[in-house]
Amino acid sequence: MSLTDRVLGDRQRLAYIASQAADVRLNVELETEGMTLNIGPQHPATHGTLRIIARLDGEQVVWAEPSCGYMHRGYEKLAEVRTYPQVTTLVNRIDWLGSFANEVPFILAAEKLMEVEAPPRAQHIRTILFELSRIANVSLFLGDLGVQMGAITPVFFAFRDREYVLNLIEGATGGRFHPNFDRIGGLKDDLPKGWIAETKAVMKKLRTFCDQIEDLLFGNEIFQSRTRGIGVIPKDIALQFGLSGANLRASGVDWDLRRDHPLPMAWNKADWKVWTHPDGDSFARCWVRLQETREATKIVDQLLDTIPSGPIMAKVPKIIKVPEGEAWVSTENPLGEMGYYVVSRGELGPFRVKIRSASFNNISVAPWALRGVYVPDIITILASLYFILGDIDR
Amino acid sequence: MNTTSSTQPRVTSVEEVKAALGDRLVDSLQKDDLWLRVRTDAWKSSMRTLRDTLDFHYFCFLSAIDWMPSPFGRGEDDPTEPAPERDATIRQGYAGGGTRMQVFVRVTNPVTHVSVIVKADVPDDSLTIESIHDVYAGANWHERETHEMFGIAFDGHPDLRNMYLPLDFEGFPLRKDFPLLARMVKPWPGIVDVEPLPGGDDDEGGDEQ
Repeated sequence: MSLTDRVLGDRQRLAYIASQAADVRLNVELETEGMTLNIGPQHPATHGTLRIIARLDGEQVVWAEPSCGYMHRGYEKLAEVRTYPQVTTLVNRIDWLGSFANEVPFILAAEKLMEVEAPPRAQHIRTILFELSRIANVSLFLGDLGVQMGAITPVFFAFRDREYVLNLIEGATGGRFHPNFDRIGGLKDDLPKGWIAETKAVMKKLRTFCDQIEDLLFGNEIFQSRTRGIGVIPKDIALQFGLSGANLRASGVDWDLRRDHPLPMAWNKADWKVWTHPDGDSFARCWVRLQETREATKIVDQLLDTIPSGPIMAKVPKIIKVPEGEAWVSTENPLGEMGYYVVSRGELGPFRVKIRSASFNNISVAPWALRGVYVPDIITILASLYFILGDIDR
Repeated sequence: MNTTSSTQPRVTSVEEVKAALGDRLVDSLQKDDLWLRVRTDAWKSSMRTLRDTLDFHYFCFLSAIDWMPSPFGRGEDDPTEPAPERDATIRQGYAGGGTRMQVFVRVTNPVTHVSVIVKADVPDDSLTIESIHDVYAGANWHERETHEMFGIAFDGHPDLRNMYLPLDFEGFPLRKDFPLLARMVKPWPGIVDVEPLPGGDDDEGGDEQ
C-alpha cells in the first residue's frame, strides 16, 4: 500500500489524483510548440475588461480573439421599454468618456421622425458640447497611449487637462460624465454666465497639451519604432470591416460624417480640416487622433464666437409621442461612426433601437490585425484602435 | 467652410439600384434614406452586386427586427391584474415584408457617401438566411450577435458562438416574446412621474438630501 493510500481517504485520494493529472496535462500543454495566452479580463493593459485570447507560436500570434460580453447591459432591449426622453440616460453610458456625443444621434433620430429641428442656438451649443466630449475622450487616449508603451508622464498631463474640459461640461450641464443634457427639440438649459470666456482659456491649454504630447510621444524614437509599420490595416480591409472615425481616416479614406453628411448641427459654420494619413499603421491612427483634437479645439473656439441668440428649445409637446416610421442618424463620435436605427410605432417609446457603436466594428478587425504580430504589439495595436468597453458591448 | 459636400445627394436613385439588382429587388422606399428589400434567396448575391457594381464598400452594421408586437407591452402592467388585451398583428415597416423576422444591413459608398438600407425576410419556419461574411468581413461579428439575440441562423457562417451571453443561455433576448425579467419582478415606476420638476408645487424630492 502506497503512502497516499494509507494517509488519504477515498475522496481525498481522488482529488489528489485529479490534481496530478491536471499537472500532467499542463506540462503537456507547455511542451507543445503553441501556447494559449490569456490577456485580461483584469490585465492592466486592457481598457475596461476586454479579454484577448491569443494562441502563440513562440513570440508570434497565430490567432487572437477578443472575448466580449463582460459588460453587456442590453440597452437595445431596455430602450424598448423606456420612453424617448428616458433613452438618453441609457445611451449616455455607452461610450462613457464622451457621453454627450452618444445622446446627440439618438435625439436627432427622434427629431427626424417628429420633423422638428432644434433652434440654431441649441444646434450651436450641441455642437460645442459634442466637440468638448471629443476633446475629453481623445485627450485621455493620447495620454493613455504612453502608458501602453511604458511612458508614464503623458497620462498625468492627460488627466490634468481632461479635468479642465470635464469641469466645463459639468459647468454647462451639471454632470461630469453623464450630462443627460440633450432634449428632443433642444437642450435642457442655456449656458451659464462666464462659460464662454472660460472655455476659450481651456481650449488654449488643450492646444498646449497637444503640443506637449506631440513632443513627448510622437517625436519619441521608442514610440515611433513601436508604432510605425505595426498593425497596418489597408483601406479595403478597413472599409469592409466597417472601421470608422480616425481608424478609417488613418487608412487613407477621406470621410468625416461631420463634413460629409448634412445634419442639423453647426459643424459647417466653422472652418476646419479633416486629417487623413496614408499609412494605416498604429502611428497613423494615433497621429490622426492628435490632429483631430487640435481641430476640435479650433471648432469650439470658432463656434463660441458665433453662438446665435434665440431660444434653446423648439416647440414640442410635453408628452412626446414619435410618429410611426424608421430613421437612421449617425454622427462622427470620438470613437467613430455612432448611429441609431430607430423604429417607431407612434407610441411613447421606440419599438426597436439598433445601436451601431463604433468600437464594436473597430475591434472586430482585431482577429485580422493581430495575426502574426509579436506579443508586445498586441497591446499597442489594440491601444491605437482605441475602444471603450461600453461601446463594444452596449 | 465645408459647404461644398453638403450639397451632394445622400440617396442614390432607385432606378440605378433596380437596374443592378433586377428581379431580386422586391420593394423599395425612397425618403431621406433609401430602403430596399431583396428576395431571401438572393440576399448574398444582392449584397455582392451592391458592393461590386455600385461600390457600396463600407459595411456599417447588420441586425434584425422582430416585428411581432411584444405580448408584454411596455412592461408597465400591474402584476396583480390580468394582462390587458393587445393587438398582436405583425406589421412590417419601410419596404414591407412578409415574415416576423427581418434582417437588415446598411452599407455606404465611401466616395459618394451614399448609403442604402437593405432588408430581407427571414423565413418563419427555418429562421435561416445566407451569411454575408465573405462579402463584408465585418458582418461576421454582427451575424454572431444577431444569432444570439434573435435566434436567426446564418448559413455558411464559420462560427456562430455567443458573443455576449453564456454558452448555455436559453432564449433569444431581443425577440419580443422574451420577457424583460426586471420588469416582471418589479413594475417600472416610470408610469408616474417620480421626479418632480424643479420649481413645481410638489418639490419634495430635493429635500431628502
